[in-house]
Amino acid sequence: MELALLIDIGSTYTKASLFDLVNYQLIARSQAYTTVEQDVNRGLAKALAQLEGWEKAHYKLACSSAAGGLKIIAIGLVPDLTAEAAKRAALGAGSKVLKTYSYQLSTREIAEISQADCDIILLAGGTDGGDQSNIIHNARMLADSQLAQPIIMAGNKSAADQVITILKQADKEIYQTGNVMPELEELNIEPARKVIRDLFLKKIIEAKGLSRVKELVDGVIMPTPAAVLKAAELVATGYNSEKGWGELLIVDIGGATTDVHSVASGKPTKGGINWRGLTEPYLKRTVEGDLGMRYSALTLCEAIGTDTLKEQLQGLGWEDSGGERYQQQLKSLCRQVDFIPGSKREKLIDALLGRNAARLAVARHVGKLKTIYTPMGPTYVQEGKDLTTIKYVIGTGGVIVNNHNPAFILEGLLYKNQHQPELLAPVAPELILDREYLLAAVGLLAGVEPAASLKIIKKYLAKIELEGFENDS
Amino acid sequence: MTEQVTVVLGVIGADVHAIGNQILEYALADQGVKVINLGVMATQQEFIAAAIETGANAIWVSSLYGHGEMDCRGLREKCREAGIGDILLYVGGNLVIGRQNWENTKRLFRQMGYDRVYPPGTLPEEAIADLERDLKEKVGEK
Repeated sequence: MELALLIDIGSTYTKASLFDLVNYQLIARSQAYTTVEQDVNRGLAKALAQLEGWEKAHYKLACSSAAGGLKIIAIGLVPDLTAEAAKRAALGAGSKVLKTYSYQLSTREIAEISQADCDIILLAGGTDGGDQSNIIHNARMLADSQLAQPIIMAGNKSAADQVITILKQADKEIYQTGNVMPELEELNIEPARKVIRDLFLKKIIEAKGLSRVKELVDGVIMPTPAAVLKAAELVATGYNSEKGWGELLIVDIGGATTDVHSVASGKPTKGGINWRGLTEPYLKRTVEGDLGMRYSALTLCEAIGTDTLKEQLQGLGWEDSGGERYQQQLKSLCRQVDFIPGSKREKLIDALLGRNAARLAVARHVGKLKTIYTPMGPTYVQEGKDLTTIKYVIGTGGVIVNNHNPAFILEGLLYKNQHQPELLAPVAPELILDREYLLAAVGLLAGVEPAASLKIIKKYLAKIELEGFENDS
Repeated sequence: MTEQVTVVLGVIGADVHAIGNQILEYALADQGVKVINLGVMATQQEFIAAAIETGANAIWVSSLYGHGEMDCRGLREKCREAGIGDILLYVGGNLVIGRQNWENTKRLFRQMGYDRVYPPGTLPEEAIADLERDLKEKVGEK
């Protein structure tokens, strides 16, 4: 029996799962607290101790989002153009974008970047043959700083030689790759993604103390979000004779952020529509740092609005929702990040927060269709991806997986619940649950055994239906 | 033109007239100019962002539906604000509604900061020749 051991070293838990690659089954899984601050292997060994037979596994691979994950600062020229392109490249590589900067960096911004504790700086600006002065200025500013992080040059190729020279003379670690926006509004994020991934493997893992896992397993090979993105791609496109599902959307609601991954072209679904803005990557990931269920619970509530939240609770038949009890729960969520809802009321509030996180994150991910009235009659302009006709929406993340009514959470993202007619959110997709929380593990496995990982994940993705809530208020 | 010349091209405002825009792109590219074509319904912000990012030498604005004055006003000021104040701005098309005195229209757009203003029926070659001349003059100034 061929086995694969997949490990996800998260910020709170280290999760291990053991798969049977012959029968395409999950055999066992376990988890233990992550111990990256002391020695990551302590938590890992604890998780492994609960998995019988893990030593025999043919593959022993890990992904990680511990120690803050992979943190990148993106720099570009115009906010909507190269700065946005750099940000998308970083997100597509599974990183967390701490901040995006545009135009000429100031001394104050350099100081801010120095304090930001990022792992990589992604420097873009100018289309190929376009503006050079800005990126050269920014290279000089970085050269004059104390920053020691690796810098990836992904801007105007005509300025590349000069940028490299400036940074090399200042003894900076510099890597050159293709421009993230070689032509206006044309996105080219693959080369930058590849360099980020290589750097993650060669440097970042070491720096975060994650390379020690090699004493037990083969090693950490990618950031967790990259593994989820890989799984999304696999499920959508298939592998050889094993068919994929076609275009889909994945919503990953976490404690700190909500990630949305779409595998879809996002082209206008109706005729006569003018599609504007940056080209959309087929594989697109967005991350909402203010929409999380625990660490970011307060900012999530702010984004929802207290009144809206009250109305929603009342709509579900909670008459005393103006009271303090639910507010207390909200406040305690940020402090008690490993909180698991117990009572029906707590579960309902958790589900409601999840529903709103899904709704808002998808609202920011999808495109908009605007009607413009011209002397020739109305015309339509689309910005971003049209995901109205998407067939599958997959939910993952602790809150969805552990909630007894996951469909209630996922439903929040549907067009009818967005209450903004111009949003191009999914209208009537099938709602699917990653019920064993396996997407990241399967994405990891996809690199070495794509056919088997696709067969496994298809088995564990289950269609879900809406259920009612019991009221015990 | 020895050094690569880049022109940002587009039809401004809520205007959806696409054909002239295509002809201009063809004519410019034919002369070795790098064309950044924003297509129809381009906003002032899009023209400026594109010009900054591509390091363009000129912005060519078309307006064919008669609302040119409203749509084109303020572009020069915004360019100045964005740090590309001395970029060449050309405008052409059916800039105003009805049969108005062309000289008045031209004066109006010149006052708005456009270097060249073209009436309907202008051939692309004329504007391209002007571009060559204007760019040479600029090099001379420096």
